[in-house]
This record gives sequence, structure tokens and C-alpha cells, in this order.
Amino acid sequence: MTDVTPDSLAAARPPQSQWRNVWDQFKTHRGAVWGMGFFIFVVLAVTLGPYIWTIDAQYIDIRARNSGPTLAHPLGTDQLGRDTLARVLEGGQVSMAVGITAMLLALVLGAAIGVVAGYFKRLDGPLMRLTDLFLALPLLPLLLVIIMLFRDTLRAAFGPETGIFMLIVFVIGITSWMQTARIVRGDVLALKEREFVIASRSIGTPSRRMILRHILPNVLSPITVSATLGIANAIITESALSFLGLGFPSDFPTWGRLLFDSTDYLQQYPERVLWPGLAISLTVLSVNYIGDGLRDALDPRIRGR
Amino acid sequence: MSDAGASPLVQVRGLKMHFPIYAGIFRRHVGDIKAVDDISLDIRESETLGLVGESGCGKSTAGRAVLRLYDITGGSITVDGTDISDIDKEKLRHLRPKMQMIFQDPQASLNPRMTVAGIIGEPLVEHMSLSRAERLERVYELMDAVGLNRSFANRYPHEFSGGQRQRIGIARALALHPKFIVCDEPIAALDVSIQAQVVNLLEDLQEQFGLTYLFISHDLSMVRHIADRVAVMYLGKIVELAPRDELYGAPLHPYTQALLSAVPEPDPVRESQRKHIILTGDVPSPSNAPVGCNFCTRCPRAEQICHEIEPEFRQVDKGRYTACHFVGDTAIKTAEPTVGETVKP
Repeated sequence: MTDVTPDSLAAARPPQSQWRNVWDQFKTHRGAVWGMGFFIFVVLAVTLGPYIWTIDAQYIDIRARNSGPTLAHPLGTDQLGRDTLARVLEGGQVSMAVGITAMLLALVLGAAIGVVAGYFKRLDGPLMRLTDLFLALPLLPLLLVIIMLFRDTLRAAFGPETGIFMLIVFVIGITSWMQTARIVRGDVLALKEREFVIASRSIGTPSRRMILRHILPNVLSPITVSATLGIANAIITESALSFLGLGFPSDFPTWGRLLFDSTDYLQQYPERVLWPGLAISLTVLSVNYIGDGLRDALDPRIRGR
Repeated sequence: MSDAGASPLVQVRGLKMHFPIYAGIFRRHVGDIKAVDDISLDIRESETLGLVGESGCGKSTAGRAVLRLYDITGGSITVDGTDISDIDKEKLRHLRPKMQMIFQDPQASLNPRMTVAGIIGEPLVEHMSLSRAERLERVYELMDAVGLNRSFANRYPHEFSGGQRQRIGIARALALHPKFIVCDEPIAALDVSIQAQVVNLLEDLQEQFGLTYLFISHDLSMVRHIADRVAVMYLGKIVELAPRDELYGAPLHPYTQALLSAVPEPDPVRESQRKHIILTGDVPSPSNAPVGCNFCTRCPRAEQICHEIEPEFRQVDKGRYTACHFVGDTAIKTAEPTVGETVKP
């Protein structure tokens, strides 16, 4: 009405892809772009790094133990003379993989349970009691039992490292979906009574498409937030498990493992906790920034401002 | 109830919509909110039935219940010859294109994460198998019909003004060539200059597509402008139903009289001379309606009978229905209302 663009001109421009707009908006978020850049850098470093920095993470050079940063060992060595840079790079592979996969598992589970519980009134009670049950479970004993029960079977089936990787991802995923489910359910409950959902019902949209088209896009913000926090949580839980001797074998480096190994030498060699600690916190920070930018970019009300 | 020969497009009989109240630790069912309690009305093809009443009287609930957006408690609804009162979901889904709704709050009724093309196209995706290009073409047609520029198709609802958003909602409701549209206070959230635009648009569309409206509003002047017949609701019941001019000219029910006397008169001289009927007290809770007539607690004319017996909703004159003990005694005496008989309020 207020726009005076001739129709012929307007009709020539078909609706463009939403993802293009999302990307345009994402690019304007400076923190998100830096975060994304750093995250890609970390992923490349931990995947390709070991091919460039070819010292074996397990190689013990006892004469060079406890060395500070030198040309041969830029980040120094540990008490057995293993190169810290190589260990951080290799440990990153496992930590990142565990973090991302466990987060995805928890996210999918949490979002699915939250949406279903919020949308279908009949399932709300049972699903939320299940969530309460998981929240009430003492986590550490549960992890101990699960790992005791399944470690050997999985190791036999998939080899020691893949087996334990699957187990840890599963265990972390299964014990960290509850917060997401609760938040998502609350949002869905409020959303379900909004007029556009009723409008869609008056059109005759079946539940499945209602959820995909109207509910999920509108609960994206809490989901992205829990996703970014989830990666951090998963990395930290994995290190706690390693610390308890329940995670990966003790000579197998992960960021959490390196951190805990170094705490014994905190007084003599404080710089040794720095590297894995820095890796964990910077990765988590970058993921948080990405999530922040993504959330803004996915919201059309913020987009274009 | 139909006075016209043809059967009405929408026929509502004894519609009840009660919302249960649960209380206590065991969530026992302790009562019901009788939002809509036994209403009957007919809507003829291509007419506009206005539904008025104060806030909380059950207008919107009635509108939604008629479209079966709720599972109704009792009564029957027939739309275009099909009884939809307890039809199963899948069959109802196929009937949806016939009946659509326009919502009160244009901001809330549009998904903030969908583009205009997506919103208007949603009914087309659900009920028609069109190619992407055909669908876009239809969306453009609809945008033309409601006076939206085609270049707006890629925009999101928050980029529009209230009036434009309401146009988007109207375009969505029109997408499937409906016969019957429930307009649930479509102008209440708009400012006055935009209200006229939207109401005129609704009238134009009615003429163009032969639409039938159930126009829910609390704006009596706007209803007078758009409606052919008007139903007045109070506390979940229809208290009066009459053709527009009769209702505004000579309201029968005391509640209608009070409601109309509250409409301001533009002429200050006449306004100062006018006698207002001021109702005292509040509307009783719909969970605990009074015995007898629903209006007896506030009615200036209430007598003993009103507190004991519920007045029947009956025809008192040709096409005029009301539920009051004191109205239309003459009409009852003369079973067939005679031509030229005037019913005094």
C-alpha cells in the first residue's frame, strides 16, 4: 500500500532462499564470525595438525622431560617427556568429537521429548516424569554402573577406542538432555496457545507439519543456546570421567585428561595446565559466539537490523 | 428458525462449550466454566451475522467452537449441510477449506518466522497440490485481492503495520475459496482509520466472492455498519437476535437496551439529553451463573420470576428472537405476528 514499486518489477523477483538472508545476517555478527573462524581453525588443527606436527603423542623422550617451551617442543613436555603440542592436538580430536556428538545426541533427544511433551497433552505427564526421574538420578554412580556393565562388551565389539568413545558419547548424551527438554517443553506450551498455531489448526494442518512448520522454528533460540552450552558441558564431563579412570585409557590424551594430569604439577609448572585449559575455554567460547550469532540470524525480527 | 426459504449455510443448535475446572491435590473436576451455554443461531448464505457482547461473554469461544477449533461439549453445528459437531479429525480436515477464520490480533496470528508468501501459501500447501510456481501465482493473486503489494511477499510479519498484517491474515483466510469466515474481532486491535479500511475490504470481498461472515465484535457502531443481522450475547447465552435495523431501532432485551445506550452519540446536544441505562455490578462468573435468567443480577427490570425461571429464547416477532420474560407478550398472544405490529421495548 505504501510501497509504490510497480507490480511488474516486483513480480520479477521471486521469493529468495531464507538461508541466504540467514547467512547475510550471520556475517554481520562480528563475534560469531570470529567464533566461526576460530572453531574452524581448531577443527583443522586437531584433524590435520598431527600430520604437520609429526611427533607421536605417546613417544616418551625421558631426557627432555619437564622442559619449558623450546624450539623442539614449542609448548614444552610433560613429566615423561611427551610433547605437549602433539598431545593437545591429538587430545583435541577426541574431545571435540565427544563434545559435538554428545551435544547432538542430547539436543535431539531433549528437543524431541520437549516438543512432544509440550504439544501432546496426553504424553506430557509421562514424559516429564521421565525427565524428572533422569534429573533425580545421581549422575556419577549411574555413569559408573553403565560403564562397568558395558565397557568390556563394547570394547570387544568395536575395539578399545571406538568402543569407549561410543560409550562415553552415549552416557553423556543420555544424562544431559533433561534441561533442554524442560526448556523446550515450557516454550512449546506457551507457543501452542498462540493465535498463529490456532490459525494453522483452522487451516487443518496435521500435528506433524504443525510441529515442523510452526513450533520448532519458534523454539530454535533456546535450542541453540542449550546446544552451545552442551558442547562445553560434554567436554568437561568427558574430562571428569577420564579423571575418575572411567574414560579413555590413561595414556590416551584428551583435553580433560591433560588438564587433570597437569594439576599435579600446578606448583612447579603452572604453564602446563594453560594449554589444554586454553583449548577447552576458547573452543567453548567460540561455540557460544557461533550460537549467539546463529540465534540472531535465525530470528527474522532481529535480522536486517 | 430460518425465515428464508433456503436452508442456512451454518446452523448452530444448542451449542455448549464448557471448560472443566480441576482443583485440589487429586485434580478433581469441581465445576465448569460455561463459556458458551446453549446457543442457537442460523447464518444464511452471503449474509453477515454480527455477534456482539461485552468482554468475556463468550463471543470468541463461540466463534472458535463453531469452526470446531474446540471439542464442543454439546449441541450440533451444521456447515453447508454437513454436521461437524463430532466428526473425526481427518474428515474435518477435508472440510476446513470451506470455513476459515480471521483473528483479532494480527501480530499474534502470523508466525513471526515465516514470510508473507509462506503464511498465505500455507493453506495451499495443505489442501492443494500446486507446483511452486502455481502456488506463488495464487499467493500473488490473493495479495492483489486484499491490496498488498506483490513485492511484500518476501517480508516477515514484523515489517508490516497492523492494517497490513490484518490484510495478510485475510488473504490467508481467502486462500482456499471458503464459503464461511469467522471474523473474530478483526478490527479490535487496529486504530480507527485502519478499521474502516479493513471493514471496507471485508465488505468488498464479500461481494466479490459471495462470502458469509460471522462478525464478532464489541464495537456496536461497526457491527451496525457491516452486519445484516445481529446477535447479542451475555454470559454465554444469546439474549437477543434480530435484523440489524430492528435491533438498533427498537432493542427488546434490557441488556441490549443498556448496551446500545452506552454507544456515544456524536451530537453533543442530543448526547446530553439522552437517557443512559447504567448497569450496576459486574458480570457474574461463567462458572457460577445465577439461577433463572442470566441477566437477573443486573437487570433494571428484574422481578421474582427472573430469579427462578430461565427465560426461553423464543421468536417474538418475525425474525426477532429474545430471551426475556417481559418481552413480546403481545407476540405470544397473537401467535402469528401481524404486519405492522410494533413491539414496544
